[in-house]
Amino acid sequence: MCRVVDLQQAVLAKNTSAAQTLRTALAARGTAVVNLLSSPGSGKTALLERELGLARERGVPVAALTADLATENDATRLARSGVPVKQVLTDGLCHLEAHMLGRHLDGWLPDGTRLLFVENVGNLVCPASYDLGESLRIVLASVTEGEDKPLKYPTAFGLAHLVVVTKTDIAGAAAFDEAAFRANVRQVNPGVEVLLTSARTGEGVGALLDRAVAVAEGAPVHVPVMAGRQPAHAHGHGGHEHGHTGGAAGADTGRPRSATAPTR
Amino acid sequence: MHEMSIAVAVVAQVEEAAASAGAAAVTEVRLRVGELAGVVPDALAFCFELACADTLLAGAALAAEPVPGRARCGACTAEWPTGMPPLLVCPDCDRAGDVALLAGRELEIAGARFEDPPGQDPAPTREPIVEEH
Repeated sequence: MCRVVDLQQAVLAKNTSAAQTLRTALAARGTAVVNLLSSPGSGKTALLERELGLARERGVPVAALTADLATENDATRLARSGVPVKQVLTDGLCHLEAHMLGRHLDGWLPDGTRLLFVENVGNLVCPASYDLGESLRIVLASVTEGEDKPLKYPTAFGLAHLVVVTKTDIAGAAAFDEAAFRANVRQVNPGVEVLLTSARTGEGVGALLDRAVAVAEGAPVHVPVMAGRQPAHAHGHGGHEHGHTGGAAGADTGRPRSATAPTR
Repeated sequence: MHEMSIAVAVVAQVEEAAASAGAAAVTEVRLRVGELAGVVPDALAFCFELACADTLLAGAALAAEPVPGRARCGACTAEWPTGMPPLLVCPDCDRAGDVALLAGRELEIAGARFEDPPGQDPAPTREPIVEEH
């Protein structure tokens, strides 16, 4: 005897729930997470080094956690800023998940940390689907990567709260077309702010820290169209509203609904 | 390749539901995969087969129903297929302030086909799945 059952469960519900729990727990400690996503080599670490140094100068308590498949090179670089830094090795996994992040923060994250920067695994595909409990999701692209990057990786750019362009000091040499880049960002994530930065010249470093601090203090963040709440499905399941609050990974369009009786 | 993580999550959730429903095996899993969900169906199918091994889902078929992306402009009420990469600015009025995504981000387990143990009357109903939120 076999039966067909209706399940209606979001696949990433567990991660979304873990992310929400982490976000709430960190908020209670006064900490906001900034999730940094980009392709490998876009300059996340170099920019983060500047941000950590500046935060220390300004007296903003920050910490950083950096994830890579292998090596502790990034943590070594970031630690030079003098703020608490932790390296997470994913042993080949292409992205961080909320429960992994939570586990790594236990017993490490110093009390009083205002901003925790999480440098995700360099990858614009997989990390985009996982909410880490962040308050601010920043997606970065360097001027050498091509203006169509937002179109090639629409999930990552489409779910960003803030888009950051890095290495603007070589924009001329790379013939970076800023207007084209902005138009492509607008197509997948209209209304999101695009901030120009250079770790070398310091352009935008202060502005980026300002944005992060503002979010930690409760300033509203951009709500991407892609992350916005989707209306109830027209599948005849009683007009259930798919509530989704906070977090950029709006993929989880529902919570498990009470199951209907199995049909045979 | 986060499809493996997704496949493992699908298998875990379906197995939990099957076990609580007293099923002996799962022969099919139906998913809804949005065009903008960031999941590659072929990669997911490959990972699903591996993730099913040694579970109640061993050998289960995977049926993924694609859900096209659709958006609506609140300013001019236009509705359009987003396409991929998605166009999330209104193609009619070029405004973007009030655009809503209607569909396309789904990544859901729609349902499954359970096999009951031989010689046993299946329970007429099963317990609702505990909400994970």
